[in-house]
Amino acid sequence: MSALQERPVARTGAGDPPVRPGRQRRAPSGAAIAGSASRAGVFLLSVLTGLVVWELVARHFGPSLVASPRETWDGAVQLVRDGMIWEAIGASTYRIMVGWALGLAVGAPLGLLMGRVRLIRMFFEPYIEFFRFIPPIAFVTLAVIWFGLGDTSKIVLIFYTSVFIVTINTMSGAIATDENKLRAASSLGANRLQVLTSVVLPSTVPYIVTGARLAMGNSFLTIVAAEMVGAEHGLGALIWTSRNFGRIDWTFVAIILLGVLGFTIDRLLRLVTRPLARYKVKF
Amino acid sequence: MSSEAPSVVAPAPGALGSRSDVALAADGVQISFGDFVAVRDIDLTVRSGEFVCLLGPSGCGKSTLISAVAGFEATTAGTLQVNGHTVSGPGPDTGMVFQSSEALFDWLTIRQNIEYGPRMRGAGRAERRRISDRFLDLVGLGHAASKFPAQLSGGMRQRAQIARVLANEPQLILMDEPFGALDAQTRQVMQRELDRIWRDSGATVVFVTHDIDEAIILGDRIHVMTAGPAARIKSSYDVDLPRPRDESDPQAIALHRRLRADIGEEVHKALRGQGLITEEDR
Repeated sequence: MSALQERPVARTGAGDPPVRPGRQRRAPSGAAIAGSASRAGVFLLSVLTGLVVWELVARHFGPSLVASPRETWDGAVQLVRDGMIWEAIGASTYRIMVGWALGLAVGAPLGLLMGRVRLIRMFFEPYIEFFRFIPPIAFVTLAVIWFGLGDTSKIVLIFYTSVFIVTINTMSGAIATDENKLRAASSLGANRLQVLTSVVLPSTVPYIVTGARLAMGNSFLTIVAAEMVGAEHGLGALIWTSRNFGRIDWTFVAIILLGVLGFTIDRLLRLVTRPLARYKVKF
Repeated sequence: MSSEAPSVVAPAPGALGSRSDVALAADGVQISFGDFVAVRDIDLTVRSGEFVCLLGPSGCGKSTLISAVAGFEATTAGTLQVNGHTVSGPGPDTGMVFQSSEALFDWLTIRQNIEYGPRMRGAGRAERRRISDRFLDLVGLGHAASKFPAQLSGGMRQRAQIARVLANEPQLILMDEPFGALDAQTRQVMQRELDRIWRDSGATVVFVTHDIDEAIILGDRIHVMTAGPAARIKSSYDVDLPRPRDESDPQAIALHRRLRADIGEEVHKALRGQGLITEEDR
């Protein structure tokens, strides 16, 4: 008998080198607090610089070409007072969220199946490869003719925008599923459906989330184009109306709102996907 | 099977036990990929409760062989039976411990990983808990039950893999160089641990390795394979030494010499031009 066998440490697993989980490492140190304070300072400086540059540009070109920060603010206040702004934000947000959610609901399962079932991939691949090169904007006029000026035509276009991005991302994730894991699952008794839901899906979550975030970004592109061509409400419609009324300040308001809205939704997405950290979702 | 053995190790009898007693029966198995023949003429019988090692140089096809036993690869000739049933694909009868700890499910805790097999067959929460408690304890991972694989060391992850397979109570457990990616010290600890776990659990194991000492410490029987391609079993040894074993025991040293002489030529064939001879430095 060697001494090695008698060592109780081997039994408890304490003989293996210790590994500390990353989470425990974070303690708020003085340096970290100073770091976040300086980050806030730089952010503030960045915003202020932007405003100053904007003001200078506005003064140089005059109010007929560029609305100054002050004029934009006044325009925003006016839009808030008559409620138009809420109507626009509400309409655009609603269309984006519904179309995007539908795209996710169809794209994720389709991508999973395409990634793991050869026949399904072969069937859908030509369509994916064909339509992914046709931008949604190309369908704007058709969508209005087919589905009218209301929400439906926009939702369909956002769905079209989202579904391919989510499908392709999910599919590449499903294809990349680690072979060891697939083999382990099937030799532990999982059937094909169980392998799909308990191994392929969890390993594909980061890809689905990435696809969903990319799709959200592209949805903003589509919604503006769709609402400019044919809509009564929405941020795109607001931009179009402003032009007809010669209200360049309102155009500025709508553009800034798009940025703020996109930023907010992306942050919300990150927040919502935080519990998915165990699936190695990157933020 | 040819065998020349010193007095301490009797040649493998090669006799079949009663049918229900045989966990694995390979008869004239060949595995090819297109024109490439990986292994051929494999005759192998593993009885229930045995620990059998397949020893051979890297790339000799031993992993391919147990992949076929697990149902991951198809045989191109011969018959392959696990517990009297011809292997037709992967399933819960045959468990596999992989060399790569990527085989663990990263998004599940160690306990959830161990409970995976029982969950797939529909075991209830209480039963799963009972099973995972037992096997966490057996492999010494009780303290790490709620951790994720990424939070564990390589050795602990392999313990988790072993527990996950044991918890599924397969009739045959295959291990594909499970300690091949570990550092030397951890590997030694894990070999002792596996020996103990195996004796406690009464499992049937086919263990693939290129490490002679590892085979001596663990195997009831050692089959030496020739270098690929078209690898076959070159010789077989019964190892009749008391457990836990000590590689500095004179009998173990004698066996080591025999095995080394036996596979030396094969190792050289396989490693020619690579300068990677690691088993020859004693």
